[in-house]
Amino acid sequence: MKIAVCVKQVPDSWAEKKMGSDGRLDRANVDAVLNDLDEYAVEEALKIVEAHSPTGEAGEGSGHTITVISMGPERASEAVRKALSMGADDAIVISDDALGGSDALATSLILAAEIKNGGYDIVVCGTESTDARMSVVPAMLAERLGYAQLTFAGSVKVDGTSITISRQTEFGVEEMSAPLPAIVSVVEKINEPRYPSFKGIMAAKKKTITTKSLADLGVSSQSSWSTVKDSALRPPRGAGVKVADEGDGGNKLVAFLQERRLA
Amino acid sequence: MSSVLILVDHVGGVVPKAVGELATFGKRIGDVTAVICSSKSAEIVPQLSAFAISKIIICDGIEFEKHSVGATAQALAAVVAKESPAAVLITSTARGKEIAGRLAVRCDSGLITDAIDIDSACVATQSVFGGSTTVHSTISHGTPIVTLRSNSIEVEAGSGSPSVENFAVSFDGVDKAIVTSVQPAVKGGRPELTEASIVVSGGRGTDGNFAPVEAFADVLGAAVGASRAATDAGWYPHSHQVGQTGKTVSPQLYVACGISGAIQHRAGMQTSKTIVAINKDPEAPIFEVADFGVVGDLFAVLPQASEGLKKA
Repeated sequence: MKIAVCVKQVPDSWAEKKMGSDGRLDRANVDAVLNDLDEYAVEEALKIVEAHSPTGEAGEGSGHTITVISMGPERASEAVRKALSMGADDAIVISDDALGGSDALATSLILAAEIKNGGYDIVVCGTESTDARMSVVPAMLAERLGYAQLTFAGSVKVDGTSITISRQTEFGVEEMSAPLPAIVSVVEKINEPRYPSFKGIMAAKKKTITTKSLADLGVSSQSSWSTVKDSALRPPRGAGVKVADEGDGGNKLVAFLQERRLA
Repeated sequence: MSSVLILVDHVGGVVPKAVGELATFGKRIGDVTAVICSSKSAEIVPQLSAFAISKIIICDGIEFEKHSVGATAQALAAVVAKESPAAVLITSTARGKEIAGRLAVRCDSGLITDAIDIDSACVATQSVFGGSTTVHSTISHGTPIVTLRSNSIEVEAGSGSPSVENFAVSFDGVDKAIVTSVQPAVKGGRPELTEASIVVSGGRGTDGNFAPVEAFADVLGAAVGASRAATDAGWYPHSHQVGQTGKTVSPQLYVACGISGAIQHRAGMQTSKTIVAINKDPEAPIFEVADFGVVGDLFAVLPQASEGLKKA
């Protein structure tokens, strides 16, 4: 099996994020890390390979490969390196000045072109990036590639030619299955991402990260299908009234709710 | 006058209030056409008369329930091609956003998700970066496709009965993923988290005991949420997590109980209209965003408040 994991480098989710004057997220002044939620995707890809590997391990000798695919500025290779040190085999970073400000439509178009090149059987994604939080790229990839879409998976089983997931939706717990190729997105309760071991970190330094431009990929795309008109910092919420509970905290709360007609 | 398509979301044939909100937004832009993609249209159509809708288009097929979002996006794209609407509005749920994403690809159209407002010129308002920044955007290419968060507008009542049309859908080449079984969600009798107008959440301070949080929620008719600390500890299901990596809620009232209010939690609830916090630590950051804060033990404050409301 050829497995691809799509990852994104994002501003550290603990950092305060601000809009730049160009109507885009200011990425220059914050620490960039591998999107938290993508670590679960890397882990799940490793688990799938381990379950099908004669040695029980991913990597050479498993008969399967895991390629990390990322689109972003060149420094995105730092985030990719973490996925490699967890155990993925190699990585492709698509980087091009023309891709700055890409929206989900552009991102899915570019990633789909690379996935098509590689002919992957399974593409694993996180459920969303912690910066843009749209949660639509996996569905868009399925639409562009004609792969089966199995998103928000809480468990994944692969039997070589087909894939089955279970997921929690507003309808209840659903089981879905599809023939390969398929796009899967995984929720964070699916697994516990491993910490890269020292051995893994050393091995990752020797793994190949291929950087590709749009010309290498043979596609072109407009960067965005929408336009930001303006943005403004929301006035900070002023702290309101704070009372200490002196045995009457609950009653004071009730009085507040009634005064605001909330109860 | 131009038409606006809204997608009728439903759970087992029951139409949520959010569809009425879409109709109310849609009316600003044009005549509202509601599109039903379901085998349950007989149950759904009568529920739509409460909303400001002028026309209903029914796409019938068991495939919509069986194939998840791919089938719905495919049908909706065919309706868009026929109707050439001024915009397509969809509720901003996980499912709604995926449908919108696939539709945007099919129609080569721009997509704005998680909007909290849209005006007559299709300028959408979003609240991003955990509610710290307000952004106005427009679609610059194709038919504007916008997903709107529930609880963003007061529902306007409908007048008159909408016309009903059937639309024949082709499922050729539909997404091959099939739902093989569904275990229906256990109905706890509480509203859905992202739809609820009141949310009561518990965090580390509950120490694993959500009973007072649930009791207070039930007195208020509220949904129950949880911080990541509480869901990671296994005290409450992950599906109830509010915050950066969980659900984003924007209710009329949000009550944070025993939640410190780390930036990751605030990102999921900061746009709530009114915020109440109960925490033992007077320095907890949640108080910085709370309209009303009680420094105290939730195990004392909540039961007293529940009793007080029952008497009221």
